[in-house]
Amino acid sequence: MSKPAVKRNMLSRIIPAIGSLKERGLSGWLVILGAAIVTSIILMTLLAPWISPFDPTTKGINVGAPLTPPNSKFPFGTNDLGQDMLSRVISGGGIMLQVAFLSVAICLAIGVPLGLFSSYIDGMFDRSICLIMDSIYAFPGLILAIAIAAMLGRGVVNMALSIAVVYVPSYFRVVRSQVLSIKEMPYVEAARSIGAKSRTILFKYILPNVVPSIVVVATVNFADAILTAAGLTFVGLGVEVDVPDWGWDLTNGRRLLPSGAWWVITFPGIFIILLALGFTLMGEGLSEILNPKVGE
Amino acid sequence: MQKQLLAVENLTVEYWTRKGKVRAVDDVSFSLGKAETLGIVGESGSGKSTLGLSLIRLVPPPGRIVKGHVWLKGKDILKLREDEIRNIRGRRISFVFQDPMTSLNPIKKIGEHFIELIQTHEPNVSREEARKRAEKLLNDVGIQPERIDDYPHQLSGGMRQRVMIALAIALNPYIVVADEPTTALDVIVQAKILDLLKDVQNAYAMALIFITHDLSIAIERCNEILVMYAGQIVEYTNIKEICKNPQHPYTQGLLKSIPNIELAEQKLEGIPGSPPDLLNPPKGCRFWPRCSYAMEKCRKAEPRLIETLTDHLVRCFLYGEARDESN
Repeated sequence: MSKPAVKRNMLSRIIPAIGSLKERGLSGWLVILGAAIVTSIILMTLLAPWISPFDPTTKGINVGAPLTPPNSKFPFGTNDLGQDMLSRVISGGGIMLQVAFLSVAICLAIGVPLGLFSSYIDGMFDRSICLIMDSIYAFPGLILAIAIAAMLGRGVVNMALSIAVVYVPSYFRVVRSQVLSIKEMPYVEAARSIGAKSRTILFKYILPNVVPSIVVVATVNFADAILTAAGLTFVGLGVEVDVPDWGWDLTNGRRLLPSGAWWVITFPGIFIILLALGFTLMGEGLSEILNPKVGE
Repeated sequence: MQKQLLAVENLTVEYWTRKGKVRAVDDVSFSLGKAETLGIVGESGSGKSTLGLSLIRLVPPPGRIVKGHVWLKGKDILKLREDEIRNIRGRRISFVFQDPMTSLNPIKKIGEHFIELIQTHEPNVSREEARKRAEKLLNDVGIQPERIDDYPHQLSGGMRQRVMIALAIALNPYIVVADEPTTALDVIVQAKILDLLKDVQNAYAMALIFITHDLSIAIERCNEILVMYAGQIVEYTNIKEICKNPQHPYTQGLLKSIPNIELAEQKLEGIPGSPPDLLNPPKGCRFWPRCSYAMEKCRKAEPRLIETLTDHLVRCFLYGEARDESN
């Protein structure tokens, strides 16, 4: 009964906010741009089987001469196996997006409740969780992700897990610090003074007020997750070679670069950057939209 | 002065900080009858807000109630279970807080606040019914019922405080505790809010505990006044006595610091010094370092709260038997 009410409020705040984005000048346009980039890349990946001119997997070997430079038949050229790079770029985002969404979902599911309870309960519990989180945070992110991925092995879920471990502390920190200040707010005290239970206070007063920050962290985290996923495939800890993936094409392209085949590495690289950029732009602007006071 | 509605007995609240125990409320007793108005007056740090919060056991940690009783209609609030005390909060004793700007949840519409409050205490009431009651309550406090779907930031400070008052009276409580309800508002709005409090108090026949640092407001609005200093009651009497016969030097000082419009040229007298550090309060009477009547005895012994006249309690060596002893 209470949950739909919260959702309805969130929606009613987001929808009119999008309409008013244009009135916010540069930052509003950047959000629209970011959302447009992300949506079109997702669409492109979803529609890949129908729109890519050639098969991007090993079935598409030797559709053209190996290492053909970009021309009218192969706009992005071909790689050393004679596969069409355009087709590989069109479908190559799939793994990365899956990994990014999955890892953000895992981070949300672990980092948010942990931060919420830790700072609400306080005391020794809070101290020990903080210590664990800080020690994870102290590792260089990519190195830790590589280490975990090496232990877990290949595959989308394993990649997502190893990325999630690295980014859970960011969620935890943001949520915890927000809760620390929100739980001292007069309206929380007011809620107690009308007889609200701890559960109500936590989920109806504190959590909804943390949501805007969580959304921002999550969007920025998408960009990080994509770059880390690219890094994991780059060092060979991603998915099977046969699956088209931008990260794998980067590794492959690096090898071919000395021979002058710049197109193999450039186009997947551009798309990784575009996707990361799109999420970052969205994140910047969403923080403004989700603040109810800006919607005035 | 035992009355039926609320009786506080020897209430003592301490904050257990790292530096030591701070006794914010020290052996406070008072009582309140139906539909009466009690003013609790004191400087910041005198323990008046802590006293208010301890009535519904919401003293923030590290504070704890170490001694005393709070009898509400014969039941000791301090001995209730957690779920029983929650039933009291908001339903029997409700609060109006100092800062209306942040006392409402910024992401909840005004109506949601009412619906949640009503459904917390009366789970059988439907949303629609709660909403209807909310509209009526808003109307009662002078806000157009259409504003029910506004967010708190769309209302002005005065309007938000009206909403807070509407929330406080929503379940027809026995007692409303108003903790400096007008401090954050300008003088015109302040007067209107105070009038509104008076009106709803009369309409709903509630008792009101009015916590303020402004003795003039308390005198204007209350039947009885309790003056607090450094966690203790220094004077507790009715409004007539306070005006005609203020006995404690602190109360006298507070009265002298109220400007009088009829005296053309008048210098306001303040009370020199500042309230004591409650971590190590002065020995003897807590007020002596600032008191112009301070005697040798005041530095050594702590005066007791004595009844100098009927209904007039004072904690000072200048009065009663205590004075006789010192002579």
